[in-house]
Amino acid sequence: MTEPSTALVPVPTPLLEVRALLMRFGGLLAVDGVAFDVRANEVFSIIGPNGAGKTTVFNCIGGFYKPSGGQILLAGENITGLPSHRVARKGLVRTFQGVRLFKNLTVLENLLVAQHMQVKNGLLSGLLITRAYRRAEQAAIEHAKQWLDFMGLREYANREAGNLAYGHQRRLEIARCMITRPRLLMLDEPAAGLNPQEKRDLALMIDRIRREYNIAVLLIEHDMRLVMDISDRILVMEHGRPITVDRPEAVQSDERVIKAYLGEE
Amino acid sequence: MLAQLPRALIAAVFAFVILAPIFGLKLVRQGMHSALQPHWNIVLWGCAAVFVVQLLHPWLARLFARVRLPSVPALDEEHHLWAWAAVVLLAVVWPFFGGRSAVDIATLALIYVMLGLGLNIVVGFAGLLDLGFVGFYAVGAYTYGLLYYWAGWSFWECLPLAGAMAALFGFLLGFPVLRLRGDYLAIVTLGFGEIIRLLLTNLTDWTGGPDGISGIPSPTLFGLEMTRRASSPEGQTFHEFFDMPFNPDHMVIYLYLLALALALVTLLVSNRLLRMPIGRAWEALREDEIACRSLGLNPTRIKLSAFTLGAMFAGFGGAFFAARQGLVNPESFTFIESALILSVVVLGGMGSQVGVILAAVALTVLPEVVREFAEYRMLAFGFVMVLMMVWRPQGLLPMKRPQVDL
Amino acid sequence: MTDFFPLFIQQLFNGLSLGAIYALIAIGYTMVYGIIGMINFAHGEIYMVGAYVGLVALTAIGTQSGLPIWLIIAAMLALSVTVTGVYGYTVERIAYRPLRSSPRLVALISAIGMSIFLQNWVGLGQGTRDMAVPSLISGAYTLQMGESFEITIAWSRLMIIGVVLVLMIALTLFIQHSRMGRASRACSQDLQMAELLGINTDRVISFTFVLGAVLAAVGGVLIAITVGKLNPFIGFIAGIKAFTAAVLGGIGSIPGAMLGGVLLGVAETLAAGYISSEYKDIVAFGLLVLILLFRPTGLLGKPEVEKV
Repeated sequence: MTEPSTALVPVPTPLLEVRALLMRFGGLLAVDGVAFDVRANEVFSIIGPNGAGKTTVFNCIGGFYKPSGGQILLAGENITGLPSHRVARKGLVRTFQGVRLFKNLTVLENLLVAQHMQVKNGLLSGLLITRAYRRAEQAAIEHAKQWLDFMGLREYANREAGNLAYGHQRRLEIARCMITRPRLLMLDEPAAGLNPQEKRDLALMIDRIRREYNIAVLLIEHDMRLVMDISDRILVMEHGRPITVDRPEAVQSDERVIKAYLGEE
Repeated sequence: MLAQLPRALIAAVFAFVILAPIFGLKLVRQGMHSALQPHWNIVLWGCAAVFVVQLLHPWLARLFARVRLPSVPALDEEHHLWAWAAVVLLAVVWPFFGGRSAVDIATLALIYVMLGLGLNIVVGFAGLLDLGFVGFYAVGAYTYGLLYYWAGWSFWECLPLAGAMAALFGFLLGFPVLRLRGDYLAIVTLGFGEIIRLLLTNLTDWTGGPDGISGIPSPTLFGLEMTRRASSPEGQTFHEFFDMPFNPDHMVIYLYLLALALALVTLLVSNRLLRMPIGRAWEALREDEIACRSLGLNPTRIKLSAFTLGAMFAGFGGAFFAARQGLVNPESFTFIESALILSVVVLGGMGSQVGVILAAVALTVLPEVVREFAEYRMLAFGFVMVLMMVWRPQGLLPMKRPQVDL
Repeated sequence: MTDFFPLFIQQLFNGLSLGAIYALIAIGYTMVYGIIGMINFAHGEIYMVGAYVGLVALTAIGTQSGLPIWLIIAAMLALSVTVTGVYGYTVERIAYRPLRSSPRLVALISAIGMSIFLQNWVGLGQGTRDMAVPSLISGAYTLQMGESFEITIAWSRLMIIGVVLVLMIALTLFIQHSRMGRASRACSQDLQMAELLGINTDRVISFTFVLGAVLAAVGGVLIAITVGKLNPFIGFIAGIKAFTAAVLGGIGSIPGAMLGGVLLGVAETLAAGYISSEYKDIVAFGLLVLILLFRPTGLLGKPEVEKV
């Protein structure tokens, strides 16, 4: 399904570059010397046994943790240690392991809130309902509609997000990321809890998003079929350390990876 | 029911231990010493009540599960508008026929509506527990009091400034404090409210200390004073201008209408804010701060805006309070007052504006109408706060989410 | 200038005894926070209830009974501790246990409601006016310092320091070595994990509330004897001060609560001695705000890692 698509847009610097990342919690080295790069329009996956430090890598990239060492560059710009909302504003957004929606807000409101970092509106123009304000508000609703249709959630627009079926919640969370017009979408175990049909739909959706919106996807996932299916390259981690970065076929036959998953003989 | 017996017995014993030393053995002063006065009836009745309730517990639980509360009737937009217009019209007209003391109580209720709606922005919308709200109320009241005392400013000159000062205080306090976690925030704001009160009490040279500032003039109506005689030779009074006999009721009604106007402005503005991006951001922050950050929303700025705006409304309320009372002193701004405003918000349902209005009216009018209730007022408020949180944290009248036609 | 040093020693001593009381109350805050991560707002009120029960016991016995003073104080403590233990347990059952999985805000409001309720509960039962507490231990040891200044060491304050010291040692041993102490340490590490390992967490939580209430009650009785008067509102300020002490020492840490209590007590009496007694509350609140801003983990607390 995938071809190496880096040739499509030749960029001199990778979109995301992680160098010698280090994260220490007390005496525990959760991430130890992880390095990789994500190229434009690429689907890049991080896999590894539970507790390998994958989500910690995500939290460092997203600005939720301050790394103890190493560098994170977004299109050549150093974003190491920036607060999370500043990272998001640079076009790097994520979903969470176990969905994090605004449960008591409606589906539509979830998508409107996500556009606020772009909508620049003064307090006064909103209180007086100026024409510019109304136009901006209408544009935000239109944009939200577009994503509701993309995800097939239009009929639930006025439903409270917490009342949606689990699969729909997952899709809404991705829509909420995409509506911010990111450059890099980070998905933390997006297939967890989905049934086989929903997983197939997810794979198609990720591929479609990547092609239609020309973004890169950074993925943490346990479902190997999904990962091997849609990834261009894969980073394998174990105990906080990188084992290898390679293309799916190569990773599948790598001895060290097999050992990491099956344990030492 | 027999299975419940041991449990009920234990509960009754506990009730005895709880009741006996506080209600059963009353301390009374006898000259220099104190003595004990037994009141075993209360204790025994209490124990018996607890015993019976615990005995019937499973049965009562089933009964309560079946009780349904009425939800707010969903009016469509057009009816909504008419209903509001009717309510406002009624609120404007009735004082001209109502008694003076009733109008006075209604004015007080409207002050709490204003404060409740202001605190609702902070607690209900943004989910930040502010226990020092009364501090901003005090800032507003003293802004008017001090400016009048030291510079002779009038109410209308001070009103915007009172809001601005309170907002400034909110901003300056919020800036460092809002990075803290929710429960720390509650304590720090509580401490801040107390610091303001203690400073007002102790900076006697500036604020008049515990006696405060008195003789603060009431608001004028387009420059007309509502008093019997003008305060200065060139001043003019309301009854002279309209060539009417002086009637102190005019002042009471005027103050009421002013409070109504201020409360309505607070309602309209906060309602508008809720439907704006900033209001949605407040609610999103209340729901999940981490998700907000992941979407590029700056939590500190969002919290600060809620905190500052809430404080501003408290400031307006404070200035009006000072004008109505004619005096300000630190006694009016104790923690109890903050707790009272908080219970208005909690009872009304956090985030629900209609609920907050009804709760403010109920909590101020009830103690006035039922005098016996006044003694138990704070006890009841405390009880209701616990009850509401355990049983119905979204309040009696939870808010309906805005629906958009797509 | 020669008075500076003796005054300092005098205030230090007074501060130490006040701080000992703060430390007792602070332990209740810190233990509850350590286990269920909430501020038990009603804790100050429990301390106040304890003081009242102590006074009821004292009045029942009477000061002219001829019993030895230590026996009277022991009886006051015993009754007070029993009653507040029941209060602590009941408060947790009614106002907090149903809310364990609720958002923080909800539990916090419930706690504030409980605090207001208890304040007015006692106000209704025992009146809101100041009650005089007859002084059981009068007299003091005077220490001549230099020519013009002497230090008064009140026996009652010395007793406070002594009792609190003994309790602190007993508590530390209990937490370190008893079954319940171990269970409670496990719960404060990770409540869910403790539950999975077969610890009855509900019991541990109830126990924590009871223990906190008992310590606060001891503080209440001791302060009532020393200060000589009480009213239903003493719990509010004392509660905030003790919470400040807990935060100062690092919330969740028992040694921290002890240290924080003593430091706060000393800071407050020094402020009262050198600035003005009107400003002692401002100093305490100001200290609270400053610690939370600049070192929210306190002196001995561990930094918390936010779970994303």
